[in-house]
Amino acid sequence: MAQTTNAPSALPGQRGLWWRVGPVLVVLAILLVIWYGAAIALNAAQVIERTLSAQPGWGAMDLARLTLSMDRPVLPAPHQIVLDLIDSIFGWPIDSPRNLLFHAAVTSSATVLGFAMGTLLGAGLAVAIVHSRTLERSLFPWIIASQTVPVLAIAPIVIVILGSFGLTGLFPKSIISMYLCFFPVAVALVKGLRSPGIMELELLHTYAANRAQTFWTLRVPASLPFLFPALRVGIAAGLVGAIVGELPTGAQAGLGARLLTGSYYGNTVQIWSALVMSALLGLALTGAVALAERWLTPGGPR
Amino acid sequence: MSGLALAGLLIVMLVLAFASVKWLASLDERGIVGRFGTPLAFGAWVLAFWQVLTDALEIPRVLLPSPAVIGHALMQSLPVLADDFTQTVLHSVVIGLAVGCALGFVVGVLIDRSPFLERGLLPIAALASAVPLIGIAPIMVMWFGFDWQSKAAVVVIMTFFPMLVNTLAGLGETGHMERDLMRSYGASSWRTLWSLRIPVAMPFVFNALKINSTLALIGAIVAEFFGSPVAGLGFRISTEAARLNMGLVWAAILVAALAGSVLYGLLGWIERRVTFWHPSIRANG
Repeated sequence: MAQTTNAPSALPGQRGLWWRVGPVLVVLAILLVIWYGAAIALNAAQVIERTLSAQPGWGAMDLARLTLSMDRPVLPAPHQIVLDLIDSIFGWPIDSPRNLLFHAAVTSSATVLGFAMGTLLGAGLAVAIVHSRTLERSLFPWIIASQTVPVLAIAPIVIVILGSFGLTGLFPKSIISMYLCFFPVAVALVKGLRSPGIMELELLHTYAANRAQTFWTLRVPASLPFLFPALRVGIAAGLVGAIVGELPTGAQAGLGARLLTGSYYGNTVQIWSALVMSALLGLALTGAVALAERWLTPGGPR
Repeated sequence: MSGLALAGLLIVMLVLAFASVKWLASLDERGIVGRFGTPLAFGAWVLAFWQVLTDALEIPRVLLPSPAVIGHALMQSLPVLADDFTQTVLHSVVIGLAVGCALGFVVGVLIDRSPFLERGLLPIAALASAVPLIGIAPIMVMWFGFDWQSKAAVVVIMTFFPMLVNTLAGLGETGHMERDLMRSYGASSWRTLWSLRIPVAMPFVFNALKINSTLALIGAIVAEFFGSPVAGLGFRISTEAARLNMGLVWAAILVAALAGSVLYGLLGWIERRVTFWHPSIRANG
């Protein structure tokens, strides 16, 4: 038994595509079936009460047909969400507020701006902490404590404060994204910049390298493997920040605003398609960071 | 206060602050003063500068209330904030966190027995971390109503995946040597799981618990933006911010931050008791 399970894992290159993708597809298929079943079960009560009770002699097929095509279902069927997504993306001009790509663009620009600011802030803090013992011991605990403030709870205040300065639109949201992004970057960079061992540091010392040279030739390259996972976490957190930043503003545009209007008007299909869109956006953004990692890390991906 | 006096006061404060923090940072790290003194002094100086600057520059309370105003609001509305705390932390967060983590752990242990399911579910669970799961909040509010049940449901969904991924990673951490030893004892697979693999997985489980404690607080508060009864920290923050009653808003944030820190610290304390054998714990004594 042990041999049969252990032998193939020694040769991962010989595994086919099916070995990797197959289980995922099977699990996804199972989830899809469960979803359809749940959609029928959850929507049944409303359908029976509204339409079917008026026509005696209805069968299971009528129930399935009606529950999967409701206007405002408790749980929309997957194909309804996909159809709504396709309709909103291709059925309207790209700058129309009915087009989900327009909202995704608004949200992702806030995310990317906040991500850039957060990465710079985190990197700056990490460099300062690595080079100053006083800063390390006074600042570092507060960086950690800063994340115990549920940042998203500050979202309404940040919006109000910045709004009173006349700042509206993109910038307040990216501040929230920045606050969420800087933490993983700062913590990982402190760890990464410290990762060179005493051997490497002493070698550079024998080369008479100064602090800046040590920093750029040793510390920065050594920190990259720590940095990129943090960037992936950071951009995902930044997206959450941007979406939540769109909730209390009464924002007209953005995926968060789309979620909120959907929940005001009980339009479940709209909520779900905005949700699917934000999931796709999250995957695209982390995928972009992963691509950058593949290009920038020496020695290729791990 | 005149500009000159303010400048003088600030310079004196800056020098004092710099000297005291620098002195505390040079102390031995093992003593109580050395360990907690530096961050506490830094925080106290931040509060002092905050108070002096907001008073001297007459910054409107809407922008940034001074620490004294926040403290006053906290004392004034203690009963209200206590209700909010019960609603958000004791109901939504604690119940949601417990259910979500238990579910993630149990599903992880069950799936671990089927490599096929593990290979199928793990990529999906890993992708879930890139997805803003918090967007599920309006749907949960529609399904479970305005009260804490809908917030707890959001927390369950947000905490499930990190726990699942970490449990699976932790269960895979057991070395061949240890497994072979258990086999040579004739231990059943459940016995191996209970006596070897789950204890080895504990550092991963606690890692997930700590990540989840922050996620849970965020999830519960944000879900309250989508509708809640007239209590809850998220409800308090959004309604008082709309009324520009910033003292109470910051007091509610303070309560949330304290709750998050206490929860995190409690989990860390339990972790040190449970995984006392782990090198990272032993190194810190």
